[in-house]
Amino acid sequence: MKQWFMLTVVGTDRPGIVARITTRLFDNGGNLGEASMARLGGNFTIMLMVQYDGDTAALQRLLAPLSAELGLHFHIDEIEGRLHEHIVPDVRISVYGADRAGIVAQVTSALAAAGFNILDLESDVAGTERKPVYVMHIEGCATRGIEALTQAVADFARDGLDIRLTSIDTLMG
Amino acid sequence: MFDVITYPDPRLKQVATPVNVFDDALRAFVRDLEQTMRGGPPSVGIAAPQVGSTQRIAIVDVSSRPKTRSHGRLVLINPVITRRDGDVIGREGCLSLPDFTGNVMRAERIEVAAFDENGDRNTYVFEEFEARAVQHEIDHLDGLLFLDRLVSRRNDLFRRKVYK
Ligand SMILES: [Zn+2]
Repeated sequence: MKQWFMLTVVGTDRPGIVARITTRLFDNGGNLGEASMARLGGNFTIMLMVQYDGDTAALQRLLAPLSAELGLHFHIDEIEGRLHEHIVPDVRISVYGADRAGIVAQVTSALAAAGFNILDLESDVAGTERKPVYVMHIEGCATRGIEALTQAVADFARDGLDIRLTSIDTLMG
Repeated sequence: MFDVITYPDPRLKQVATPVNVFDDALRAFVRDLEQTMRGGPPSVGIAAPQVGSTQRIAIVDVSSRPKTRSHGRLVLINPVITRRDGDVIGREGCLSLPDFTGNVMRAERIEVAAFDENGDRNTYVFEEFEARAVQHEIDHLDGLLFLDRLVSRRNDLFRRKVYK
């Protein structure tokens, strides 16, 4: 029986990495699930669900030539491949401000304490080297309502962070 | 009640054809379409192609949503959008594509001309959520799914509302 794995790949970005990895997997009977690729600080990163008829060591061996050739680091974990169970977020939170240590820790701690469950987070450092601007974008579920979250982050606004909470009204039609 | 067809059924990608005859058969179809919408998973609209029909018929009803501007139950036959204002991003899902939602840019305010099931022509101004629902359903009549209009989350941070 085929097992699901989470394949995490990190390395120096260059054109064609996704094509090389996925072709190697496909040619050897691998099946892909959900994936998320991002270029973070100039580094190539991807997390990729792979269904493969073999164990972790076999998958590692299959990808080893690419690791050597492209200078990529592969990390593989056995996982449960639960597809078709997406949770729909009900709040979107945008945060931006002058970059300083602790923004993510403080904001996400306050949100977690107010019942927020993060489903998706993306952040970027914008601006310039001298004046970096931190931009974060979160989607998730407010288990205790959006008002609890609004109160939880009110103090950060006084600290010069811009935080905007928007309820997500998903239209079904 | 009809069965709702799901992607990749090719009928969802066809351009539907205008209704020419407003008779009892049409009204019976509209009734069944509405029953399909109300009897299935919660939704604010349905379009004829979602049940495999090629007619330009959509039903929209956002009145069950709290704090939402609404015209109530709407039967939109051969609908035409005559004016669009503003752009706004919102999240959509579709009965014809289970287990996926995504962000879509829509006009915030639209003017629409459409016939009802008795053949009377009406004009409407829709705003906000109701406008989004009408645009989603009219897209179905043109063989378009919200997948054809997805926008990336990363880029929408500073443009929740943009007026042209
Ligand atoms: Zn739809």
